[in-house]
Amino acid sequence: MDLDVATGEIYGFLGPNGAGKSTMMRMLCTLLAPTSGQATVAGFDVVDDPGAVRLRIGVALQDAALDPRQTGAELLRLQGLLYGLSRREANRRVGELGELIDLVDALDRPISTYSGGMKRRLDLVAALVHNPRILFLDEPTTGLDPVSRARVWEEVRRLNADLRMTIFLTTQYLEEADTLADRVGIIDAGRIVAEGTPAELKRSIGTDVIIIRVEGDAADVCQAVERVQGVLSVEARGSELVVSTTDGSATVSPVAVALSACEVRVRDLTLRTPTLDDVFLELTGSRIQHDETEEVGS
Amino acid sequence: MTIAATTDTGSVRAIEARPAGFVSDTSAIAGRALRAIPRDVEAVIPPIFIALFFFLVNIATLSDITETQIEGFNFTSFQLPTAILLGVTGVSRAPALVLDVQNGYFDRLLLTPIRRLAILLGHMAADITVASALIIPIVIVGFIVGVRFETGPLGVVVFITIGALWSLAFSGFGYAIALKTGNPAAVNSSFLLFFPFLFLTSSYVPREQLSGWLDTVATFNPVTYLLEGLRSLVVEGWEWGDLASALVAVGVVAAVSMTMCFAALRGRIRRG
Repeated sequence: MDLDVATGEIYGFLGPNGAGKSTMMRMLCTLLAPTSGQATVAGFDVVDDPGAVRLRIGVALQDAALDPRQTGAELLRLQGLLYGLSRREANRRVGELGELIDLVDALDRPISTYSGGMKRRLDLVAALVHNPRILFLDEPTTGLDPVSRARVWEEVRRLNADLRMTIFLTTQYLEEADTLADRVGIIDAGRIVAEGTPAELKRSIGTDVIIIRVEGDAADVCQAVERVQGVLSVEARGSELVVSTTDGSATVSPVAVALSACEVRVRDLTLRTPTLDDVFLELTGSRIQHDETEEVGS
Repeated sequence: MTIAATTDTGSVRAIEARPAGFVSDTSAIAGRALRAIPRDVEAVIPPIFIALFFFLVNIATLSDITETQIEGFNFTSFQLPTAILLGVTGVSRAPALVLDVQNGYFDRLLLTPIRRLAILLGHMAADITVASALIIPIVIVGFIVGVRFETGPLGVVVFITIGALWSLAFSGFGYAIALKTGNPAAVNSSFLLFFPFLFLTSSYVPREQLSGWLDTVATFNPVTYLLEGLRSLVVEGWEWGDLASALVAVGVVAAVSMTMCFAALRGRIRRG
């Protein structure tokens, strides 16, 4: 695996569960020693100079890493002290960060009383106490309800825009990578299978996608659709046919005619622009399965 | 693989991380551990209760029989050190450390520039404070039931200090188990390790009264020398030889437990 992330960039590391995203994250954050290879973060080698790396990064791991017996303010203050902030600086940051995530009123309560969304937001700002130059976010919105997810996205964008913070995030959500990332690396089975801006990756599989659901096996009509002018590729999965084309609006009618000639019954036909999910499917032959445990309340 | 970072810090970056220093790291962790005590009183109340219960029951049941059998023997004073060891052995923040491992907070600590050793030493600094605080009410009850220190107030201070050092030495086993297993049940059972230490020695009668195999085992049991050192402060006066033996015994147990504990810490960090 070989990748470079530039200063001020939001880099999305996209892949299904078990692809190796979190392992990679733990190595880059100095939690896990790599068995081979080399990685530098903020100019420092993660093995030779882990202390220098830790001073420059903030990390929010996949599961909120919080001590439920402390109050939110105690946790943030302790974080500040461990990063060398004076007591006064740490207290100032507690106030600033509490306002940032709209938790000022809850900061003096034990964390065990927080909702899942509040814990996630506290976990995120705990990574920001020392104003890191690079922020690592491991699946920052997994398990969050849509409102909390949107708030986290907004905050990530603001950190990147206002502080020019470099952000490396792993995600299994295509929409998240598409919305947030300047560049995306798609990982499958421990290796990067594609890298580029979301637009570049989508362009790589054609301009438009036609999704057709038929009655019976879609593979039976594959060849007929492939012969239609303008069709770049056709893939059958069960009763679904995914057609990549350079010009969807011009191709959709001939495709429908070709299907009609095959005397196959079409249940529905959708024309849309490609998503990162289509890119992932094209590259790996399978779609990303989400490990979704969404919770209510923020 | 390279992840780059801006060097243009600007005014918004008025706050910048820097190494806090070993003492600051340790005191920050100790402060957190001590703040948790009032929220976790169930960790400290039972040991005091057990110690006082056995102290008073043993005095009530064994005073007469031992004092009539051994001339000039004061069983109440003799029992105080045993009660102290029952009260403070195994009292540590190791169960809290297990929870940190389980809920990921230990990883959060490892992600900061904190010295790894400071994580353990901070917890242990809190432990020694708690142990000292636990010994005081047991000593007060001792005074109430008639115990008097031959070494006076300074002897009381030394008594509390040695008791707290023993608590610290034994806590190393709990931390070793906590870091090795990450299992709260395993940590709680570490107290069982103390049973042979406490009962295969002169807990209830002087060593001269032990016979056969028990006397042999007691000779090799470090708790024997710890009890004798503590008792000397209560019933004999400043017996430097006994005190030195007690400190050596604590040191030997500490050397073993801390070696295990720091090895477990290195293993936990290596496993990530």
